[in-house]
Amino acid sequence: MADTAQIIVDERIKKESFGSRLMQRPELGAIAGVVLVTIFFLFTADSAMFTLSGIMNFMTPAAQLGILAIGAAMLMIGGEFDLSIGSMVAFAGLIFGACVVTFGLPLIIAIPITFVFAALVGALNGAIVLRTGLPSFIVTLAFLFILRGVSLVGLKLATDGSTQLRGVRDAVEGDFLTPLFSGDAFGGLFAWLAEIGLVETFNNGAPKVPGIPVEILWFIALALAATYILLRTPYGNWIFASGGDRNAASNSGVPVRRVKISLFMLTACCAALVAIITVMDAGSTDARRGFMKEFEAIIAAVIGGCLLTGGYGSAIGAFFGAIIFGMVVIGLSYTNFDQDWFQVFLGGMLLIAVLFNNYIRKRVTGER
Amino acid sequence: MAKPIIQMENIEKHFGNIIALAGVSFDVVPGECHCLLGDNGAGKSTFIKTMSGVHKPTKGTITLDGKPMHFDSPRDAMEAGIATVFQDLAMIPLMSVTRNFFMGREPTKGRGPFKRMDIKTANDICVESMRAMGINLRGPDQAVGTLSGGERQTVAIARAVHFGAKVLILDEPTSALGVRQTSNVLATIDRVRKQGVGVVFITHNVRHSMAVGDRFTVLNRGKTLGTAERGRITAEELQDMMAGGQELASLEGSLGGTV
Ligand SMILES: Nc1ncnc2c1ncn2[C@@H]1O[C@H](COP(=O)(O)OP(=O)(O)OP(=O)(O)O)[C@@H](O)[C@H]1O
Ligand SMILES: [Mg+2]
Repeated sequence: MADTAQIIVDERIKKESFGSRLMQRPELGAIAGVVLVTIFFLFTADSAMFTLSGIMNFMTPAAQLGILAIGAAMLMIGGEFDLSIGSMVAFAGLIFGACVVTFGLPLIIAIPITFVFAALVGALNGAIVLRTGLPSFIVTLAFLFILRGVSLVGLKLATDGSTQLRGVRDAVEGDFLTPLFSGDAFGGLFAWLAEIGLVETFNNGAPKVPGIPVEILWFIALALAATYILLRTPYGNWIFASGGDRNAASNSGVPVRRVKISLFMLTACCAALVAIITVMDAGSTDARRGFMKEFEAIIAAVIGGCLLTGGYGSAIGAFFGAIIFGMVVIGLSYTNFDQDWFQVFLGGMLLIAVLFNNYIRKRVTGER
Repeated sequence: MAKPIIQMENIEKHFGNIIALAGVSFDVVPGECHCLLGDNGAGKSTFIKTMSGVHKPTKGTITLDGKPMHFDSPRDAMEAGIATVFQDLAMIPLMSVTRNFFMGREPTKGRGPFKRMDIKTANDICVESMRAMGINLRGPDQAVGTLSGGERQTVAIARAVHFGAKVLILDEPTSALGVRQTSNVLATIDRVRKQGVGVVFITHNVRHSMAVGDRFTVLNRGKTLGTAERGRITAEELQDMMAGGQELASLEGSLGGTV
């Protein structure tokens, strides 16, 4: 049994080039997209865009969207959609804001409460989808409105009629968990890098980039963790199976319901994380938070290679999809183009990505 | 005769107003191949699906190793050592052969948060099991969607044989197979039977069932027409029972006795 892994030479296989193997990876399109967009801005944008501070500038919105997109991608691979994540950002923002401002709770309690609420709504979404067999598209569309409305009403209750809840920054000031969710990390390192001249400084000697915004670190960590889970753990295999064919997966012993509900909870928690980070960053929360983010997240996931039909996709792809987003949104302001080209670009990118994914799927499944 | 591993008594299954099974009793003893025969729509697939946890019976009892059993999901049945090749194979075209092979029962290594799929072991077992069935995979990471129908069926069979510790259920496993692969499957049934596994074999091919069957149960319109032991029934008798007796006789003349 020593050489069991060795595959007997088969005269019916043409040698597969590295290129054609690469073509079968779902994230390929997104990586190619990043390269293209980079080239485009290298030619059209002010050179400041690709300095360290320019990169942080577009990576910050990319990270905020990307955290949502990675959750959305995992859910899409599992065969479902969640259109309520944008509203969930507002809802979780309200819960979090109310916890720290209205009730004056410390972060160590406020943050878990926020995640628990988000996870419960996610589980409710999932339970309704699984119990009724309705498409998740329609169920979560209902929650898109429900959560947005609840956030509005809740904000008015919490603030006596305003739709903005202020005072978060003061409330979390000095909490030992604050640096985990807001501000910049590695400040010392960047100060030192500035001293030895590797990072540009302002006239007063402070580094132009004071550190890496924490959301970027969350974004990278989440992308790595999601990729590991998808490709290397049994749970990841179950996600692909549940999205590929629910019946076949269930008949083969995959606990499909558990997988899908947990994915809905995970996506909602991603939204809660974005809510916590952005609310602490802004110092306030409002009902428009996360508006339209569900579509942007799904588009980033699709650009990243996720099939709308489920069972195929990648977290790394969604990672690059979100970066493309950030580059375009911010990058246009470094060019002479009108900012509003952004929407055109978005639609075009989505269309190309869907066509490309369709082609890749046919290659992978050998469909003719 | 040995005590049955699994015993199904008076199983009924209704889908809305359709009575798919109207009281079927059936059992499997260790080391036997019990053939389940019957016309299209007789209820064979529905019946084995109640045995493998896909459907909950509307009425009737399932006894496993002498204890009453309620399967809530196929996973429960699998954990009890029952593996099934479903008629639709339960394969996912976008996933690789190995990932399909181990779907739901992935081998792992490491502990705690570092518990991960043991991909190398999985690939080795998968390639080796497929070779034992007479198919050389181009690569274990090939997507199942690119396999031929028979290759796909073989993956499903190899998977069930690998996991069928007590009972192996095969729902028309040879419908898409070539001559060599079919004889391989029949030889495999014989092999696992000798290891003490109880095999349930559904087929429309009387010759195949006569080749490996120890007992034969014929279903017709959701009811059993009876169970016969090997040697007590001829191929012709089985054939007639499966077809419900009548029409085949009249066809036989015009087809020149080829059926
Ligand atoms: N999920 C279901 N809903 C409604 N009716 C069903 C369902 N599953 C099976 N049936 C009905 O039950 C009957 C038995 O079907 P079953 O698939 O068990 O037949 P079979 O003996 O396996 O036939 P074949 O030889 O064609 O595979 C059929 O009339 C079928 O229409
Ligand atoms: Mg059938």
